Amino acid sequence: MFEYAPAPESRSVVRLQPAYGLFVNGEFVDPTDGDSFTSINPASEEVLAEVAAGGVGDVDRAVRAARTAYDRVWGPMPGRDRAKYLFRIARLIQERSRELAVLESLDNGKPIRESRDVDLPLVAAHFFYYAGWADKLDHAGFGPGPRPLGVAAQIIPWNFPLLMLAWKIAPALATGNTVVLKPAETTSLTALLFAEICQQADLPAGVVNIVTGAGETGRALVEHHDVDKVAFTGSTEVGKAIARAVAGTDTRLTLELGGKAANIVFDDAPVDQAVEGIVNGIFFNQGHVCCAGSRLLLQESVADQVLASLKRRMAQLRVGDPLDKNTDIGAINSAAQLARISELAAAGTAEGAQRWSPPGELPERGFWFAPTIFTGVAQAHRIAREEIFGPVLSVLTFRTPAEAVEKANNTPYGLSAGVWTEKGSRMLWLADRLRAGVVWANTFNKFDPTSPFGGYQESGYGREGGRHGLEAYLNV
Amino acid sequence: MSERVAVRKTYKLYIGGEVPRSESGRSYLVQSGENSTANVALASRKDARDAVVAARAAGSGWAGATAYNRGQILYRAAEMLEGRREQFVALGIPGDEVDAATDRWVWYAGWSDKLPQVRGGVNPVAGPYLNLSTPEPTGVVAVVAPAAPALLGLVSVIAPAIVSGNTVVVAASPTDPLAAVTLAEVLATADLPAGVVNILTGRPQETVPSLAGHRDVNALDLTGVADAELATSLEVKAAENLKRVLRPVPANHDWYADPGLARMTALLETKTVWHPKGG
Amino acid sequence: MTATAMSARSDLTELGRSETALRAFLHGLPGVDQVGAQQRAAQLSTRSIKATAKAWAIDLAIRMVDLTTLEGADTPGKVRALAAKALRPDPADPSCPHVGAVCVYPSMVPYVAEVLRGPAGEAGPAGVEAVSAGARVVHLASVATAFPSGQAPLEVKLADTRAAVAAGADEIDMVINRGAFLTGRYQEVYDEIVAIREACGPAHLKVILETGELATYDNVRRASWLAMLAGADFIKTSTGKLPAAATPPVTLVMLEAVRDFRAATGRQVGVKPAGGIKTTKDAIKYLVLVNETVGTDWLDPDWFRFGASSLLNDLLMQRTKLTTGDYAGPDYFTRD
Repeated sequence: MFEYAPAPESRSVVRLQPAYGLFVNGEFVDPTDGDSFTSINPASEEVLAEVAAGGVGDVDRAVRAARTAYDRVWGPMPGRDRAKYLFRIARLIQERSRELAVLESLDNGKPIRESRDVDLPLVAAHFFYYAGWADKLDHAGFGPGPRPLGVAAQIIPWNFPLLMLAWKIAPALATGNTVVLKPAETTSLTALLFAEICQQADLPAGVVNIVTGAGETGRALVEHHDVDKVAFTGSTEVGKAIARAVAGTDTRLTLELGGKAANIVFDDAPVDQAVEGIVNGIFFNQGHVCCAGSRLLLQESVADQVLASLKRRMAQLRVGDPLDKNTDIGAINSAAQLARISELAAAGTAEGAQRWSPPGELPERGFWFAPTIFTGVAQAHRIAREEIFGPVLSVLTFRTPAEAVEKANNTPYGLSAGVWTEKGSRMLWLADRLRAGVVWANTFNKFDPTSPFGGYQESGYGREGGRHGLEAYLNV
Repeated sequence: MSERVAVRKTYKLYIGGEVPRSESGRSYLVQSGENSTANVALASRKDARDAVVAARAAGSGWAGATAYNRGQILYRAAEMLEGRREQFVALGIPGDEVDAATDRWVWYAGWSDKLPQVRGGVNPVAGPYLNLSTPEPTGVVAVVAPAAPALLGLVSVIAPAIVSGNTVVVAASPTDPLAAVTLAEVLATADLPAGVVNILTGRPQETVPSLAGHRDVNALDLTGVADAELATSLEVKAAENLKRVLRPVPANHDWYADPGLARMTALLETKTVWHPKGG
Repeated sequence: MTATAMSARSDLTELGRSETALRAFLHGLPGVDQVGAQQRAAQLSTRSIKATAKAWAIDLAIRMVDLTTLEGADTPGKVRALAAKALRPDPADPSCPHVGAVCVYPSMVPYVAEVLRGPAGEAGPAGVEAVSAGARVVHLASVATAFPSGQAPLEVKLADTRAAVAAGADEIDMVINRGAFLTGRYQEVYDEIVAIREACGPAHLKVILETGELATYDNVRRASWLAMLAGADFIKTSTGKLPAAATPPVTLVMLEAVRDFRAATGRQVGVKPAGGIKTTKDAIKYLVLVNETVGTDWLDPDWFRFGASSLLNDLLMQRTKLTTGDYAGPDYFTRD
């Protein structure tokens, strides 16, 4: 047996403080009417730090700081200077990427291989991309002199804490807006380290404000009267509540919400790469991915063969310590999420689907869920319809391309889809018919700052990334 | 020699290419031209539902038509409208409004095969992939047309929705519905496939709430909703399935001004397709 | 495994009788997406192999080395020295295992055999027991069949093969006819491998695909299957005479082929990447690739080899570093 010895990434690069305040107007401050909560390492349940929970007054203070910075500094600043601040931030992220990656894995539970090789490079690339837009907005296709909106309220989820921060802050700042960002309560720490990076970059006070807290803090931010724009990434349920909250106002809204993506494998697929794509589609980031390929649609003529290959491949997945460089699947982000995944998996069994996981032990402490597939899944099963947001794959079959399209589109969501076929014209035929904002053909879960991302239907509206991503923050 | 007795017209709904009366059997009286009145169908919630079914059924064919074909049909609508100019003038629509409405069809007709180029393209991703973004229609759009100008306002909300492949259910101006019903005649003779445009006359406050809550409607254009409270309640309903919402425009909006892209782009989804490039 | 292979399990041996059947089968294999294959190989190359795992991997890699010299300037003296090193790679450390094989041109086989097996008539090589008692012998591989181009008449290749075996080679590394393969003359390639296989007698046959000339992964997969169908005991990436030699993704595709072939036929075939593998780090990447693609059944010198020359010294230096804690220097290892 080739047993890989533990290869832990060093934690020493991260200097955690025992407690963190809110980042308002360029400084870390204690909450005035808020509270505090602990942020834990989901892989061990150890307490990492005490984090402030911003109250209504704290949110107001942050919005006022952002407004002042918008009116006096950031709004009037020439684009070329905004660009230079963003380039500075991008460089600092590259320079401190190991520190950020380790902290991300500690706080989120994702494997260091992913935070190091996927999240952090994309975070830096996102700031570089939008930095370059700051002084070119006249040429972005929105007519001359497009204006920023003002103060943007941004609420991000816990699955890609720093990457979602980058997706929100970089385009907002490039277009001349100032921001108040609320990270998810279970993953605040890298946003607070980002705040330090803003200080290090001498970003003018108030341009970026980070208000940590839970749902109530987010609600106060969304409902603040002086916010011009709300950008939210998270659950469809909360997205709908936000859409209701801003109804009848002038506040602009973009939403990036849930998904239940079909990953469609045809009998002429490059099968070894398709199996990799299936694994990457559902087990990347423990399946905590809104665009995860959580419904595998296999053409019946190859279903058994692909399933056998998939099971063999799943047996190679290494579940465990997120900081071990050889870990493929880390910890579930929270006890609450683990409960949700467990509940839906139990429903899958109860509804008659067959459950399978590769043999292997899970760590005793922390929140863990083994990579799991369900076969014999029907469209009507909950595990085929509801977003599980965990390492659980539902396998269905189809016979013809038309049936594949029908099943893939048979969901209120529409964020992403995958197609595996070596036949070019069939791929394009499907891509035309799939109601999804991103279609990965013969690949899956690829991201790039130049590539617009966002959903159809109940997966939200607006796009992040690329030239399209500017529009969400410009008055056009 | 007695004066000829005029043949009066019955103004009905326009749903799925047909011109039915309201299933409720109701109608209401409006002024038609200077000296006569007309009975106009008073659409019900069920009519609205039928219109959504028609719009949905027309969707894939219309969205799947070539951009060239959609452009040809919109241009044909301009031709038909030009030909019926006097008919609209007789309804009390000012001649320059008819002209502006005709020109608006022409403007949007030309966009059908340019919008995907302006709004999409290849994204230079950092890897061996072709990455292509293309705009696609959002789907079924429920539209509250502005009360005035009855014809230009109506064309200005329908054309940008359908040019990209959306299909629409329009609640026409309640006070001035004849322009809408007559426009339906224009569209029916412009080779526009049945169900792409569906027109409901009557009271928007009666039909639109059911459209705002309808789970098979993808977008809600509140342009003509003057009542702020109603607009808010409709937007709240629309949130139930996250319809794309266009908020009301002020009553003093200049419908003659260059419309820009905003009405088209608000009803588009961007789809991005990735494919590896390997030998 | 492929659907075709599944259904054709019992018919696989029949394929070689018809050009049409061979073509249909090879072209029916699933395609390989180049970008995806390269990414999988790159992802596996990020595995971090440390401490005990590294020590284990280094010793295994040493046992898998086909210590190779294939120069026009090779002489009996040079290959004797190489053979001696194969038996006892680190004279200073008796716990160091011997390599898998020595690989030379046919004309050099007798001299290597002398060292590995002792003078003709004697039972075994002097001192092997001292190296590792009870261990397998170091194999003697020879590149026959008009290596490296393969551009010679079949009779010449067969004679070349028989001569090498007669001189003591127990492994033959042959090259396929790439020209025939690339023009789609699969039957010709197949028949030639079958003929050489027969000429090998008891010797193992390694079939070199020269993947750098096949250019695409689809071709690598087809050529792998073609060689296995024709009776190859091993499939090997390269002659080492081209700049484009073994790469992790090429080896990945070949590993997938042997995995699927065993599933379809029950017969296990070995894999040998050759050329360009110079460092311990490289070698460990390949072992990870083997481990996570075909599993431990192939983590054995009987089923996986490295065709290399300079790799061995790097493995020895790293091995010394692990045992002594200090970085080694090249002067402390023999250069042959």
